[in-house]
Amino acid sequence: MKAAHYWHCFVGIQTREWLRFWQQRTRFASALVRPLLWLVVFAAGFRAVLGISIIPPYQTYITYETYIAPGLCGMIILFNSMQGALSMVYDRELGSMRVLLMSPLPRPFLLVTKLLSMGVVSVGQVYVFLLLALLVDVEPPLWGYLAVLPALVLTSLMLGALGLLIATWIKQLENFAGVMNFVIFPMFFMSSALYPLWKMNEASPWLYWICQFNPFTHAVEAIRFSLYLEWNPVAFGITSGVTVVLALLATAGFRPQRTRILGTKPA
Amino acid sequence: MTIEARNISFRYGDKPVLQEVSFALTSGCFHALLGPNGAGKSTLFGLLTRLLALQQGELLLARQSLKKQPSRAMRQIGVVFQQNALDLDLTVRQNLQYHAALHGLSRKEARVRGDRELARFELLERANEPVRKLNGGHRRRVEIARALLHEPSLLLLDEPTVGLDVASRRGLNEHVRALCDEVGLTALWATHLIEEVRQDDRVLILHEGKLLADGVGHDICKTKGTRDLAETFHTLTGAG
Repeated sequence: MKAAHYWHCFVGIQTREWLRFWQQRTRFASALVRPLLWLVVFAAGFRAVLGISIIPPYQTYITYETYIAPGLCGMIILFNSMQGALSMVYDRELGSMRVLLMSPLPRPFLLVTKLLSMGVVSVGQVYVFLLLALLVDVEPPLWGYLAVLPALVLTSLMLGALGLLIATWIKQLENFAGVMNFVIFPMFFMSSALYPLWKMNEASPWLYWICQFNPFTHAVEAIRFSLYLEWNPVAFGITSGVTVVLALLATAGFRPQRTRILGTKPA
Repeated sequence: MTIEARNISFRYGDKPVLQEVSFALTSGCFHALLGPNGAGKSTLFGLLTRLLALQQGELLLARQSLKKQPSRAMRQIGVVFQQNALDLDLTVRQNLQYHAALHGLSRKEARVRGDRELARFELLERANEPVRKLNGGHRRRVEIARALLHEPSLLLLDEPTVGLDVASRRGLNEHVRALCDEVGLTALWATHLIEEVRQDDRVLILHEGKLLADGVGHDICKTKGTRDLAETFHTLTGAG
């Protein structure tokens, strides 16, 4: 197969993801309503309760809305990635995953392209969210919108790979709902998305360490620092490393026969 | 280009699903893989399409191991699955373009080939309609058109007439036979319906994971001492 074949395949998978996304426009709205509620309602309530001291990358005191905006960007990607994994289970049950796997191109390429396609859709949603966040005075520097792009793509890939890994081991849609509760909520709440880690450390040192080991914390910090034009090599390094490990595990561990991909049930 | 299976065995856990199955398909011919439900037809298709990993035996494509040249094999094989594998919300053309892209075809090439296949199946005027609006028979035709888009030499159809009425079943069966005659396609049509098989077809009868007969319909009947394929099928499998 030549490079052109790979390119056409890449474009085809991206196009299908956008077409599907367009067909399910309510998904777009619901994916934005959730973080906007957090930003407008939850943050307004907690603004008075949680005082934020001056912490990097911020140069001065900030509002709680400003603090949680990067975490909510991560939240959009987290929910989308899990929904993407859900769509892969759905695809598998409806058969279109079989169509993908019938391609003569290598399976790791197909799976990584699928992850990227889901990621690109998520990144688009994050930018719409950031534009809407301007209405509540979350105003990062103009160049921050561009600087944050690599962190967003990296986070999408990391969480997409996690979603794929989960989807590989899930045989039915019903089981997926349970995993959502065991993956999405712990990842989100046990991270620096809603509260700075020093505050977590004051409240509970062991919870602080769980947050430190949570890769989502580092993805959120990569987004936060990039958005404010600061470089955080630790956050980027950990997020990149976890992305590579998860992508390798997910693509190497993908076995159609683990699933009901043929409509046949293993005995 | 033909495919050959040598001593294929497969099991799900402790349950054997295929046992020492061997056959070779003849290039450019229509083949019927006849077997009752649970005979192992879908599992065999899973192995031929690499959706299942081969546990024992060998699959050869043009005398070369399919395992060693999966990319080449996938370029030569078109598949119609038992369950619908079309995206119902996308249009007919978008479904075809997606499949073409997965095979590395450009949009322009996909458009030309897609229109050709849709015209062959009398669906060109419905190209821009969502698949959801098509009836079962038309959806099946779209699936066959899609499977032919990358110009495979072997077409695998796993119970393609499930859920269709008698007229649609007959029409689809005749379409595929015509393709074998007109373009030299090799087809393997899996079914449990004896009326979809003709006496002069090359027939493979699969039952409980074992290949019980392999040959031209009349020859099998002669060997088994039966009047027709229906009686042979009933005698061998208790079905029909």
